[in-house]
Amino acid sequence: MELLLFQLMNGAVVGVFYGLMALGLALILSLTRVINLAHGGFLVLGAYLAYTLLPHLGFWGSLILGAALLALLAAGLERLVIRPLYRRDPLESLLLTFGLALVLEEAVRMIWGPVGVPFPIPQALGSPLFPGTPLFFLSKYRVFIILVGSGLVLLLFLFLSRTRLGLYIRAAAQDNETLSALGTNVWSLYTLSFALGVFLAGLAGVLAAGQLGLSPTMGNSLLMPSFVALIVGGVGSLGGAFLGGILVGMVSGLAGQFAAAASEFSVYLLLALVLLFRPRGLFGQEGFFE
Amino acid sequence: MKVAAWFSYTQGRWITSRDLALFALLLLLPWGLKAVGSYTALGTYILVWGLAAMGLNLLIGYAGRVSFGHAAFLGLGAYTAGLMLKHATHDTLLATLAALPVGALAALVLGNLVVRLKGIYFATFTIVFSQLFYFVAFQWNELTGGDDGLRGFARQGLGPPGLHLDLNASEAYYYFVWAVFVLSVLALRWIVTSPLGRSFLALRENPIRARFLGMNVERRLLVAFALSASFTALAGALLAQLINFAQPSMLHWTTSGELVMMAFLGGRWAFYGPLLGAALFRIMEEVLSSRTENWMLFLGILFILAVLFFPRGIAGFLGRRE
Repeated sequence: MELLLFQLMNGAVVGVFYGLMALGLALILSLTRVINLAHGGFLVLGAYLAYTLLPHLGFWGSLILGAALLALLAAGLERLVIRPLYRRDPLESLLLTFGLALVLEEAVRMIWGPVGVPFPIPQALGSPLFPGTPLFFLSKYRVFIILVGSGLVLLLFLFLSRTRLGLYIRAAAQDNETLSALGTNVWSLYTLSFALGVFLAGLAGVLAAGQLGLSPTMGNSLLMPSFVALIVGGVGSLGGAFLGGILVGMVSGLAGQFAAAASEFSVYLLLALVLLFRPRGLFGQEGFFE
Repeated sequence: MKVAAWFSYTQGRWITSRDLALFALLLLLPWGLKAVGSYTALGTYILVWGLAAMGLNLLIGYAGRVSFGHAAFLGLGAYTAGLMLKHATHDTLLATLAALPVGALAALVLGNLVVRLKGIYFATFTIVFSQLFYFVAFQWNELTGGDDGLRGFARQGLGPPGLHLDLNASEAYYYFVWAVFVLSVLALRWIVTSPLGRSFLALRENPIRARFLGMNVERRLLVAFALSASFTALAGALLAQLINFAQPSMLHWTTSGELVMMAFLGGRWAFYGPLLGAALFRIMEEVLSSRTENWMLFLGILFILAVLFFPRGIAGFLGRRE
């Protein structure tokens, strides 16, 4: 029973990483209609930026500033290389982010070296939450990840539903032409949503680095489950993407208890089941794919 | 005659003198490579990847759908040939041809899940589903050798005992690959000039209209997907026998990305564009990786520049503006 809880908890933690990744992907997709294949590369870069800042700013400062610097870089890249492609063949933006993924991964390898490094987490979070009880595995850092992840998502939804800017973003996702005709600069909203999506990936990267360690290829293993999460949650739904991530994480965590290989296949089984009974995904909008 | 005309669509003719000239040129490629100080296997690589990308381009350039999952078929072909040679047969031809039905069958299964999708969604779903094949190759240690890859097989000779053709030498294997390549190109050309191939263009240009004209759009796309996948799988079988090795990275989604990039770089609107792209890609990789450890960085930058400034590929750039 404890083992089961342990796997569920572990799954939920990894699910937060998937969820934040998928949420970022969904945010970018909903406005720009770009599938960001460089999302994993951004995640890694964000984590390494925080790693460099860590000795100077401490955990909290590097978490926020690392992700913020990454978002700034993403905004610049969006402006420079992705914006020219919005009105062109979707194949081109896919290939561009593919090229970007290669560049980011190799750049990280050049700057920080190919070998993984540990990412120290604050002392206060390193201990178990209930030492000496059957729930000893519930480390504070794991709980912290889940709380921060959920808190972030809540903040994002408050931002999107309660602020003027959030309203503009939602409008642009729905009908960017009308919004543009009403005199709003839609392009800057695109840049904002791209940067925001990458910001979430950066945060996920820093949080994941504390849990899984830091290596140039860590983004690769997180990217594919995030795509699954995006589809399971339903394309077009931001909340669905995050919940899809948690679900994917928990299912693969549970399956991993029985066989190591099962965790990857269970994810695909989940995907197949969802698509079989609900082709648009759990929370997806109807007709989004066609 | 314009250079680009070499790579463009033919006007409904199955085979032209230009095709024959290209085949002859490819026959001489090993000498050319040696003359510039390179090696024969590079030529084999170019033909193999060119075939894989041309197969993929049946889907991208003709049917207008971008599959980001064709590495699954490349890898399936590679593992099929490897496993056949290891356990079932000592016939290179049989091991190579076995990839065709395997690729087509896998494509029929995978294709059924994606034929209703368009644009980036088609691409995203093919990435996700094809990655399942990667995990199988990676995890099924007993059959595939897992992370270490599949070893313990080698390409065999051809022909009956009296007329035995040994393929061990890299030149001999190059000519075997050349023959398979030429036959495949003829088959591809036959497909794209046939009424079936013409209807793929209708899928690309106006699927709604095609549907109103009575075409079963999904089924037609499935046919295109299966045909496209079997050529890529065939290339995979050739690739495995070139290096006598098959590994999971052949099925990774980044390999799919490389295949799409080849079709894109060379020019997806041109019949031979993907071959050109594959040649450019492999040569760039060869040159860059001999100069610097971080060649992926430069390759990535080149991709980005190519997408931004040469969206129609080399063939498109050399050709007439539409």
